[in-house]
Amino acid sequence: MRPSTEPQPLSADVALAPDPIIRFQNVSKNWGSNQVLKSLNFEVAPGEKVSIIGPSGSGKTTILRILMTLETPTEGLVTVDGDTLWDVTAGQKVRETKQLRETRRKIGMVFQQFNLFPHMTAMENIIEAPIHVLGMGKAEAKERAADLLNLVGLGKHMNHTPPQMSGGQQQRVAIARALAMRPKVLLFDEPTSALDPELIGEVLNVIRNLAHTTDMTMLMVTHEMRFAEEISDRVVMFDNGAAVESGPPAQIFKDPQQERTRTFLRAVLQH
Amino acid sequence: MIWDSNFAVSVFPLLLEGLWVTIQITLLGTLLAAVLGLFFAVLRRLAIPVLSPVVSFFVVFVRGTPLLVQAYCAFFVLPAYGVSFDAFTTGVVVIGVNYSAYMAEVYRSGIQGVPSGQWEAATALSLPGVRTWGRIILPQAVRTVVPMLGNYLIQMFKDSAVLSAITVVELMATAQAIGSSNFRYLEPLTMAAMLFLAISYPASRLVNRLERRYAPQH
Repeated sequence: MRPSTEPQPLSADVALAPDPIIRFQNVSKNWGSNQVLKSLNFEVAPGEKVSIIGPSGSGKTTILRILMTLETPTEGLVTVDGDTLWDVTAGQKVRETKQLRETRRKIGMVFQQFNLFPHMTAMENIIEAPIHVLGMGKAEAKERAADLLNLVGLGKHMNHTPPQMSGGQQQRVAIARALAMRPKVLLFDEPTSALDPELIGEVLNVIRNLAHTTDMTMLMVTHEMRFAEEISDRVVMFDNGAAVESGPPAQIFKDPQQERTRTFLRAVLQH
Repeated sequence: MIWDSNFAVSVFPLLLEGLWVTIQITLLGTLLAAVLGLFFAVLRRLAIPVLSPVVSFFVVFVRGTPLLVQAYCAFFVLPAYGVSFDAFTTGVVVIGVNYSAYMAEVYRSGIQGVPSGQWEAATALSLPGVRTWGRIILPQAVRTVVPMLGNYLIQMFKDSAVLSAITVVELMATAQAIGSSNFRYLEPLTMAAMLFLAISYPASRLVNRLERRYAPQH
C-alpha cells in the first residue's frame, strides 16, 4: 500500500516528480555502538541511474544490503515501488514476512565477489530462479538465458562452470543471472573491485550498455569514478553513515559543494 | 600353538559369510547414518525452537556414550518396553544412529564451509528455503565432506565388531564361535583380522584419493 499522505494530482498540468521507486525514510543501522547509517533519507526515481561514492565504512554497501534484505535496518521505513520492504521501529524484532519476500523480487543484485553457484554451469545459474521462483517453463527459461548470455557476450560459455571462467566472465554471468529475474531495480555492489585490472573493462561495458539501453533503475556502489561520472544521472557522496552531497555527475566531480566531497575526490583521483 | 593350515582352510568359508554380514551392516549403517546425520545437521542449523536444541542434545548424548552401551540398551533393555527387533536389524540401527551423530558434525562443518555469499545470492534471487538447501548449499557442503564420510565408513566397518556382543553373527562373532567350538583361536582370529585389513586398507587408500578429488572449489 502506498502511503496516502500526498493527494494524487487531479489535473495533468500540475507537474510533479514521479513517485520514487526507492525511498529510505529515517533509516538507521547500528552494529553495536557503531552507527553505520544515521537516520538516512534517500530517494531514487524510477529509471534513474545512481552511483554512490564515498570512503569505505561510510555505509554505502549497507544501503544495498538493506534493499536486498541481506541486512535488517535498526530503525526506519524502506519502500520499493510503492510497497513497504522494511518498517522497523527501534528495538522491535524483525521477521521475514510474505510482503517482504514479494517486494524483494523487484530487486536484483550483482555482488563484488560474483557469488555464482560454483557447481552449476552458467546456464544453470541463470535459469534456476526463473524456473523455481517465477515458475517459468524450462524451455523458455533456457531460451531467455541464452539471449542474456549473448547480451553479456558469453553465448559460447553457457556450459562452463564458474571455476572454468575468468573473474570478468563470472561477473558478466552474474549480471545475466540477476537480469533473468526482470528486476525493476538492479543493485551493483562494487562490481569490479574483485577483478584484475585488465578484466574491469569488459564488465563496465556490460553495465554501461544496460544503463544506456534499459529503463531499469540502477543503484551502484563503486570506486570507478570516471565510470560513475559517465553513466550516472546522479552521484551521491556518502560519509559516516549519511549522504553529504548529491547531484548530477558534472557537479559532483567538477564542482563539489562540500569540503568532504572535495577531499575524498582529491584523494581517490590522485592516481 | 602352531598354525594349522588345514583347519584354517576349512573354516575360511564360514569367515567369509561373517565378512559378508559385516559388509552389509556397514553399508546399511552408513546409509542410515549419512541420511540421519544430514537431517540432524540441517535441523540444528535451522535453529527451530525446541526441536533444534533437542537434536543438539541427542547428538551430544550419542557421542558421549559408548557404542557398546547403546547396543546393550537397544538389544536388552528396549524389548522390555515392547521395542524388539532381531539382532541384525538392531545392530544396523544402533550403529547407524551412533554414527549419525558424528556425521552430523561432519555435515555441519561442510555447511559452515559454504561461503556466506552463496546464501546471499540465493536470497537475492528469492530462492525458496528448500531449493536453497537442496540445490545450492547441500551439494557444495556434502561434496567437501565426502572423504570424511568415507573415513567414518571405514571406522564403522571395524567398529561393527562390537555388535558381536548383541549376538549379531558378523565376522568377529563368527571367528569367536569357531574358536570356542574347536578350542583353536589362532587361525580364526588371525584370519578375521586379515579380512578386516583386506577391506579397510584399500578403502582408506580410496578415501585418500577422494580427498584430493573433492578438494573445495572456492
